[in-house]
Amino acid sequence: MNEPVISMKNIRYAYENKQVLNEIDFILPKGAFMGLIGPNGGGKTTLIKLILGLTKPSQGSITLFNEPIEKFKAWNKIGFVSQKSNSFNKGFPATVYEVVSMGLTAKVGYLKFFKHKHKSKILHAIDLVGMSEYAYENVGNLSGGQQQRVFIARALVSDPELLILDEPTVGVDYENVQRFYELLRDLNKNQHITLLLVTHDTGTMTEYATDIACLNRSLHFHGNPEEYKELTEKDLSRVYGHPVNLVTHDH
Amino acid sequence: MLADFLEFDFLRNTFLTGLLIGVIAPLLGTFIVVRRLSLIADALSHVTLAGIAFGLFVEKKFAITFITPLYSGMFFSVMGSIFIEKLRSVYKSYQEIAIPIILSGGVGLSVIFIALADGFNTELFNYLFGSVSAVSRNDFLSILGISVFIAIIITLFYKELFTLSFDEEHARVSGIHAKRIHFLFIVLTALVIAASIRIVGVLLVSALMTLPVAASMRLAKGFKQMMLLSIVFGELAVIIGLITGYYLSIPPGGTIVMVSIIILLLSISLKRFRYRTIKVRDNNEH
Repeated sequence: MNEPVISMKNIRYAYENKQVLNEIDFILPKGAFMGLIGPNGGGKTTLIKLILGLTKPSQGSITLFNEPIEKFKAWNKIGFVSQKSNSFNKGFPATVYEVVSMGLTAKVGYLKFFKHKHKSKILHAIDLVGMSEYAYENVGNLSGGQQQRVFIARALVSDPELLILDEPTVGVDYENVQRFYELLRDLNKNQHITLLLVTHDTGTMTEYATDIACLNRSLHFHGNPEEYKELTEKDLSRVYGHPVNLVTHDH
Repeated sequence: MLADFLEFDFLRNTFLTGLLIGVIAPLLGTFIVVRRLSLIADALSHVTLAGIAFGLFVEKKFAITFITPLYSGMFFSVMGSIFIEKLRSVYKSYQEIAIPIILSGGVGLSVIFIALADGFNTELFNYLFGSVSAVSRNDFLSILGISVFIAIIITLFYKELFTLSFDEEHARVSGIHAKRIHFLFIVLTALVIAASIRIVGVLLVSALMTLPVAASMRLAKGFKQMMLLSIVFGELAVIIGLITGYYLSIPPGGTIVMVSIIILLLSISLKRFRYRTIKVRDNNEH
C-alpha cells in the first residue's frame, strides 16, 4: 500500500457529552480516490473537520503527510470543497477568476501581491475544470454544476496533493454529476491528486472510487468497490442503523 | 460653480476632504455591504457622536484643546468597534445583537455629554448633518493622513479581505487569520466613519458607505469593478452634494445622500432597461 496521506488512530470525538465518533482507525493511502459514505448525523462532516484541524478530537492522534496534525503547517497541500460552498451569497459580484484566485491567497502570503505566474495558474485551474469560457462571468449567474466546478478550481489552484470534497454533488443534476465524477477521475489518474469524497450518492461513486469507507459513528467498512458491492442488505442495515433495501439501477 | 470652492480656504479644505471621503467611504463600504454588516456602520457612527460630544464637553468645560472632537470621536469609534467584536464573540448565535447594544450605548453617552456640555449648539448640529464650513486645515491634514493609511492597508490586505468576505470558512481552512483580518477591517471602518463625519454628519455617514455600493452592485461584473464603480458614484455624490448644499445653504449631508439615492435609482432603472433590451433582442432572434 502507498504511504498514508491521512492516518487517524483511535479517534474519539464527543460534543456536549454526546459521542459523535468512536474508536476510528482510518488510513487514506496516497493516490486513492476514496468515497466516504454513511447516514446523516453519522459523523462524516465531523471527521472532515478533524482532518482539516477545524476541531480537535477528544482522544486519539491524527497524522497528515506523516506529520502530527499539531505540527502540520503545509495546509496548501490540502484542497477543500465544502458542503456549504454552493450556498454562498448568489448576489456577491465576484467573477469566476476572482473566486479561483482566493485559492492562492494564503499561499501567496500576507503583504504580497499576485504576480504574472499566479495569474496563469488561476487561468490554468479554470481551464482544468472546463470553465475557461466563463472566466470573467459573475459566479452567481452560473448553474449549480458550473459553480461546483469553480469551487473545485479554487481548491486546485494551490496545487494540492489531497482534495477533500464534502457532499459536492448536492443540488446538481444527474448529467452534471456524471461529468463531475469524470473530472474527479481525471484529477485522480492524470494529476495524481488523492481524493476523499463525502457523498450520499453510493451508486455513481462506486463506479469511480478506488476505496470506500462507511461511517456511522464508528468505521463499519473499509475496502474496495467490489468488496462493497458484496455487502448484503444486513451489513448495510448495520451501517445505517435501520433496515436497508438495496435497489439497483442503470446509472 | 466650483470657483468659490477654489477661492476660499475653508471651502477648499471642505472640497478636498470631500474628495478623500468620496474614495475611502465606498472603498470600505464595498466590504461592509457584501459582508452584510451595513448596520455596524450606523452603530459606530452613533458611538462616534458620543466621542465628539465628549470632545466638545472637555473643550468647553476644561479648555483642553489638544483633544479635538475629531480625535475623541475617532477614539470612541475604534473603542466601539472593539466592543462590537467582543459582543459578537459572546453572542455567537445572535451576533447582530451587538449592533443595538452599541448603538443605544452610543446615543445614551452622547445625550449625557451633550447635557454636560450645556446642551445643543451649532457645532454639534454640524456634526449631526455635516457642514461645508466646518473643516479646518488641521482637520483636512488629519483626514488626509487617515485616508492614505486606509488606502495602503486595503491595498496590502485586499486579497485576504476579499477572501474573508466571500467565504469565511474557506478563508480559515486555507490558513488565513480570519479573526485578525476581521479586527483590522472593523478598526478601519471606525476610522473611516470618524473621518467622514465632518462632511456628511453622524446621521448620514453610513449612507455614503452603502448607497454607492448598492448602486454599483447592480451594474458591476466582478468585485474590483464594483469597488471602482462605487468610488466613482461616491465622488459624484460628494461633489454634486457639496456644491448644491453650499449654494442652497443646506447641510451637505442631506444633499450628498440625496444625490446618492438618485444615482441608486438611476442604476436600478438602467439595469431594468438593459434587461428588457436583452429580452426583446432574444425574442426577436427566436
